[in-house]
Amino acid sequence: MIDDMLVGLARFLVGGRPDWIGAQPSPRQRIYFANHGSHLDTILLWAAMPKSLRATTHPVAAADYWGKDRLRRAIAIGLLNSVLVDRAGSAGGKDPLAPLEEQLRRGHSLIIFPEGTRGGAKLPGPFKSGLFRLATRFPEAELVPVYLENLSRAFPRGAFLPVPISCHVRIGAPLRLGEGEEKDAFLIRARDAIVAMAQVR
Amino acid sequence: MMDPTLLPLFAGLVAILSLATLTGRLLRGRARTPEARATVDNLNARIRAWWLMVAIFALAFTFGKTVTLVLFALTSFYCLREFISLTPTRPADHRALAFAFYVFLPLQYVLIGIDWQSLFSIAIPVYAFLLLPVLAVLKHETDDFLARTAKVQWALMLTVYCISHAPALLLLKIPGFEGRNVLLLFFLVAIVQASDVLQYIFGKLWGRRKIAPVVSPNKTWEGFLGGGAAATLLGAGLFWITPFTPLQAAGMALAIVLAGFCGGLVLSAVKRSMGAKDWGRMIEGHGGALDRMDSVTFAAPLFFHLTNYYFVP
Repeated sequence: MIDDMLVGLARFLVGGRPDWIGAQPSPRQRIYFANHGSHLDTILLWAAMPKSLRATTHPVAAADYWGKDRLRRAIAIGLLNSVLVDRAGSAGGKDPLAPLEEQLRRGHSLIIFPEGTRGGAKLPGPFKSGLFRLATRFPEAELVPVYLENLSRAFPRGAFLPVPISCHVRIGAPLRLGEGEEKDAFLIRARDAIVAMAQVR
Repeated sequence: MMDPTLLPLFAGLVAILSLATLTGRLLRGRARTPEARATVDNLNARIRAWWLMVAIFALAFTFGKTVTLVLFALTSFYCLREFISLTPTRPADHRALAFAFYVFLPLQYVLIGIDWQSLFSIAIPVYAFLLLPVLAVLKHETDDFLARTAKVQWALMLTVYCISHAPALLLLKIPGFEGRNVLLLFFLVAIVQASDVLQYIFGKLWGRRKIAPVVSPNKTWEGFLGGGAAATLLGAGLFWITPFTPLQAAGMALAIVLAGFCGGLVLSAVKRSMGAKDWGRMIEGHGGALDRMDSVTFAAPLFFHLTNYYFVP
């Protein structure tokens, strides 16, 4: 109910109906990875999933931000089914990717933002290595690139309210990790898949 | 309560649209080449969208001022959203944009709703024009400051201030015409849209000489003159729903046609300067909301002020 209202409000303000360009919605296991510019990213990408898939598709959110107080936890975990990741985790001796792998082992899908933080640019910054590690350990999961257009304009970092600017969610063709493909080459290829969709109109 | 005069008007619209739908069906069967078929499909999509628009207007007019204002406020909202979406704004403009959307847009329509005409005429051109750059300057970003400010100001001016002059016709107190102002709004919208449609039809049938090939490749002299003259005649024929004599109605219609034409041309240039062909994809066959409202942005304030000047004592 509340999640439908959240999605409805986001759609009214910024549009953002999904364009499935290279893939169709499917119940098979996937790791959606997208450029990250705004808090709206998670909501619109999650809303892009058919309702039946939302229960098994988990956006990955930063624990230091979304775990901070009860309201944020309620939105992230209660409404959007998020998995919280501890960005400073490895420093504390814990494995930050462990909760993500737990969901993948259950056969669920993930939505991740491999830049690790929100940027304001049209094109994504360099990717962190998490995507590579997940691709190596879960080779059967499809890696689906997503380009989110205009979201950082509609709701930039530090803003209090989103402004109505039309946004687009473009979902591209799945990639796979190549045989013996190196980490850096793979991360560049994954980023390029998103960049290529930024040029589509 | 709905003005009884509106009943035959909407009946007439339904008749015209039914005829258009039938013609569209016939043409669909006769189109042979792929280009012809694409043209006919686009025409049919437009006709379908017209049905929807007429239905929405009928609803608004039946339920009165508040619903009409909400309808136009939503129209302004979608037009402003389309305008801002195409305009490259920066994070530093965010606060100015938030004020445009969440303060000035609703304020403009509330002012019309409570009949505050003096403030409605200056809220955006005075207060918003001065306040918006102040909000942006607090972010200390001077790059392209004038251009960025102008974009936000113009977006608000065209999509909210100008369009709001259409429902603002409901404010005018014309002696002997009390309680019938919604017919003025009908007159404006009918002439603007008829002029667009007639120019399109005349252009498709007889168009040869392009007026501004770079800005708006579909506009031809034949379409403009033929469609404009036909819309002016239509305006004269509708004099009985207005406080005007037939000659005055023709003059008003001509003013609406000319302003609407200029609005279409100017907004087309704005759109092209930002590298787009349509403002959006909201209405199939028509592009975005602003593609339909571009003529209204120029015609509404002009018609409002002409009527106010000559017919309100």
